[in-house]
Amino acid sequence: MCGIVGLHLLEPDLEPRLGALVSTMLEAMTERGPDSAGVAIYVDDLGDPIPGPADGPLGVDGLPGSERVKYSLRADDPAFDWVELAAELGAELRPVGGNAVLVGDGAIWPRLEALAPLVRVVSAGHALEVFKDVGAPRDICDRYGVPARSGYQGVGHTRMATESDVTIDHSHPFSPALDLCVVHNGSFSNHYSVRRDLEQQGVSFVTDNDTEVAARLLAFEMARGADLGDALRALMKVMDGFYTLLVSTRDQFAVVRDAFACKPAAIAVTPQYIAMASEYRALAELPGVEAAEVFEPMPEEIHLWTRGGGRSIREAA
Amino acid sequence: MSVADQTVSQSSSAASTVLDCAVLSTREINVALRALPEGSRVTITNPKGRHNLAVGLMHHLDITIDGNAGYYIGGLCDGPDVTVNGFVGWSVGENLMRGTVRVHGNASECAGATAHGGHIVIEGSASSRAAISLKGGTIAVAGDVGHMSAFMAQAGVLLVGGDAGEALGDSLYEAVVYVAGKVRSLGSDARVSELTGADVEFARALVALAGFDHVEPENLTKVVSAKELYNFDALKAHHY
Repeated sequence: MCGIVGLHLLEPDLEPRLGALVSTMLEAMTERGPDSAGVAIYVDDLGDPIPGPADGPLGVDGLPGSERVKYSLRADDPAFDWVELAAELGAELRPVGGNAVLVGDGAIWPRLEALAPLVRVVSAGHALEVFKDVGAPRDICDRYGVPARSGYQGVGHTRMATESDVTIDHSHPFSPALDLCVVHNGSFSNHYSVRRDLEQQGVSFVTDNDTEVAARLLAFEMARGADLGDALRALMKVMDGFYTLLVSTRDQFAVVRDAFACKPAAIAVTPQYIAMASEYRALAELPGVEAAEVFEPMPEEIHLWTRGGGRSIREAA
Repeated sequence: MSVADQTVSQSSSAASTVLDCAVLSTREINVALRALPEGSRVTITNPKGRHNLAVGLMHHLDITIDGNAGYYIGGLCDGPDVTVNGFVGWSVGENLMRGTVRVHGNASECAGATAHGGHIVIEGSASSRAAISLKGGTIAVAGDVGHMSAFMAQAGVLLVGGDAGEALGDSLYEAVVYVAGKVRSLGSDARVSELTGADVEFARALVALAGFDHVEPENLTKVVSAKELYNFDALKAHHY
């Protein structure tokens, strides 16, 4: 069991409250998975064009050489000197809960690996920042200052590990490509064979987690030119098991459930936002939710919203 | 219990008790319900998707949950009448023994799972696996039900006022399903059976109890077990 929450704002009014709303939603899902948690915030888009496909080091695809990118970084050593690293890289430093977000161009990536081999890249993107840790959702949100954060899109996950270790790397969200964020409730049954296929295509992995396989499969498909909807359709064909997935990019927000709809999902639609959660009680404190259209996605239906655009519901082929 | 005692407000006129989810834990609410005298009227306020409200009660109470509620509402009960002014999450009325659960809205998955008795009325639609492993009692859904409804249902009745999703009645035993609308597909070992006069009379009573004006008892599709899975067919694999 795990808990998923997500908030995709359609109007800017709620943006200053995004972090507070996502924190409250995630805390309401604590019982579904208290061992580790993570939050993704899409904020302050650096405004560069969306890059074309390219292979990046450390398994992050699509890394550009000249565009400004935010790196959510993590070091296990609490005394790690982020100021020195940022100075050496010529990057802007934003300390966050003992870890850091560095803002620099894509070319610092290989230097980062050489300068600080023990630093883990949690996410990279124009708008995406990801914070994840071991512990209860409220503690982690507070540690990383999430309630005070603004943003236009947020995702949260609280994990009850069933198939792999409880570590920060194994916790969700997984962000295997620029601005791509994947959270999952469920368990994939064929992830080892899918992993082998992807490895033969040159994809590398950080953990033995099943969700990382799904995330890197989506990144692999999208790097080949698939849009998010097509990548999710490919995932439904390739991956076997139980899943409710919430997948977000810089401008899209998508929910899909497995063929049996084994794992719960509720979606609330209002003129101000699209909100998704494993259970309604995580939506119950959102402003205006009493008047929302609340529904459950049907099996293998892709519900995908594009920022600035309308809502589209598409069934898998 | 002490907290519950302090926060239970008793209105003098109609002897109606109010239990507020904003100040009481789920356990405090259920303990307070259990302590109320037979026949009491209770309103549970601010449920906001709370799970496990009004469960395991063994006497008659008239309980109203005023808002959207979570999982297992009214489950394991043997007596009370529970009304929800909103929608409910998974497994409403699970393992109900006696009494009623009425939902003025939609229900999520597994509505009435393994219920042994009583009546569950969903005035909206129910999601997948409604009446899964039903063991008795009746479940009436005004709208549609999702895939694999009445899966392995052993006894009792599921009435669907709208359409039924895929694999209706898969591996059905002795339970009976009536559908007013379309059946997307039948599950393994389910078959359509002729609607008898007794079926119509039973359905008429159930429709009246549920208050479904849109359902015509004489125009229902009846689904029962084909009973081909009841016994192992030793000759089935004999091709020589």
